Amino acid sequence: MTSTPPRADRVLSARQLERNAYRIRQSRRRATIAAVSTIVVLGLLVLVVVNAPGWERVRLTYFDWGHAKESFPKILDAFWLNIRLFLTIELFVLAVALLIAVIRVIPSPALMPLKIIAALYTDVFRGIPTLLIVLLVGFGVPALNLNGMPTSLFWLGVIALTLSYGAYVAEVLRAGLLSIHPTQWASGRALGMSYRQTLRHIVLPQAVRRVSPPLINDFVALQKDTALLSTIGLVEALRAAQVYSASTFNFTSLCVAAVFFIVVTIPLARFTDWLTIRSLRRENGI
Amino acid sequence: MLRIKDLTKAYGDHVVLDGIDLSVARGEVVCLIGASGSGKSTLLRCLDLLEITDDGDIWLDDREITDPTVDPDEIRRSIGIVFQSYNLFPHLSVLDNVTIGPRRVLGQKRAEAERRAHELLDRIGLDGKSDAYPDALSGGQQQRVALIRAVAMQPKLLLLDEVTAALDPMLVGDVLDVVRDLAAEGHTIVMATHEMAFARESADRIVFLADGRIVEEGTPEQIFTAPREARTREFLARHLPA
Repeated sequence: MTSTPPRADRVLSARQLERNAYRIRQSRRRATIAAVSTIVVLGLLVLVVVNAPGWERVRLTYFDWGHAKESFPKILDAFWLNIRLFLTIELFVLAVALLIAVIRVIPSPALMPLKIIAALYTDVFRGIPTLLIVLLVGFGVPALNLNGMPTSLFWLGVIALTLSYGAYVAEVLRAGLLSIHPTQWASGRALGMSYRQTLRHIVLPQAVRRVSPPLINDFVALQKDTALLSTIGLVEALRAAQVYSASTFNFTSLCVAAVFFIVVTIPLARFTDWLTIRSLRRENGI
Repeated sequence: MLRIKDLTKAYGDHVVLDGIDLSVARGEVVCLIGASGSGKSTLLRCLDLLEITDDGDIWLDDREITDPTVDPDEIRRSIGIVFQSYNLFPHLSVLDNVTIGPRRVLGQKRAEAERRAHELLDRIGLDGKSDAYPDALSGGQQQRVALIRAVAMQPKLLLLDEVTAALDPMLVGDVLDVVRDLAAEGHTIVMATHEMAFARESADRIVFLADGRIVEEGTPEQIFTAPREARTREFLARHLPA
């Protein structure tokens, strides 16, 4: 066999140098177009807003640096309540949703009454606006005067949002469980694992991975909806901002509260992206 | 019709194609043989512009398709490729799998595309399955549909990448029968295969690759009975039933 020089020493043909130069020009052109179009679009948006007749007034009432600094510590304090609510509710939501999803998926006839209750639960609580559930639980449950029912606003809030989000997340998990191919169940059982073991070690891990983007999507929504609990009297970030604006007639505090919510949401969103890409890499080898 | 000149392709330091020169005439059936990792699949992927090549030219008729200004979609319209894993669209019926390309890409009317699809399906004995979904078919049936799906686009050139490698030995024959029919009809085919008996009987030319180079090419008669190169002899000794 004639020996050709190894790749590293290979001299590219004149034609290939032309092709490479063309590709470099193309990618430079694409980068330029991306940069220019971004600057133009964003610039136009800013121009439109800044030149609106009411901009000066909006700037003073919504984006006032002095008010921002003054309201910041109050809202920060109150936002800590949003975080605690979110973390507590998230744990309960996961537990409730998992239970409901598994009950609805297990093909056991003995569980029929539970399956009916589970189906009713998701239908009812997904059907009612979250704000309405918050109001019903927040004002209705204490009125029952039941022994042992919590009367603290914090726990009433936890119950209300858990009921609502449990129903959504249960459906997401159920879709995930149903999307795992039946051969995975069969392979688990074939190794001698019980139904429960197969669910726990084979099917559930795959299902959760598959639905992690919608799952985290729901948690981002939950994190924002903790603001709904201001309606039953919890002084969280939104309420604190409203209190501030009511006493100063300036709405900058609302924008400060908005920034708090965004700052917490962004890491969650990036985390979802990272999870998605990681599982794609692992399972599809890309 | 197809001319490849000094084609090279590396992934990092790993050279997969190392100066491939090959011409294929219209209506010719060329079988690429060689061990796994010899570059057969990469060569086919480069021909369909699924990989960007490092150097060298590919000409299809009078177009240089390695020219970076050509639209790869337009080139792929005239080249059909079938992979080892059948890759039928699981959400479409067999009939829709075959007609989606002609309808969406070639702009054929539904009635016309379906008439043609039924003809093709009938020829592979699967017209009865036209309303079935891919998962309800055996691997061999799926692969036959995949071949027909490629042919329905009326490609100038058909690339087959180890189309029988994922199949049960019992089903390989059915798929090869379809390939044989397509060859007899005058399709131009370049196929990577491990089916030596099929290559010997149906190919016009055999190309033996090793380490990204063409070690030897010739008629099946010559390659299988009187290989010139030691590496070809070695490879065949391992892959031909004694």
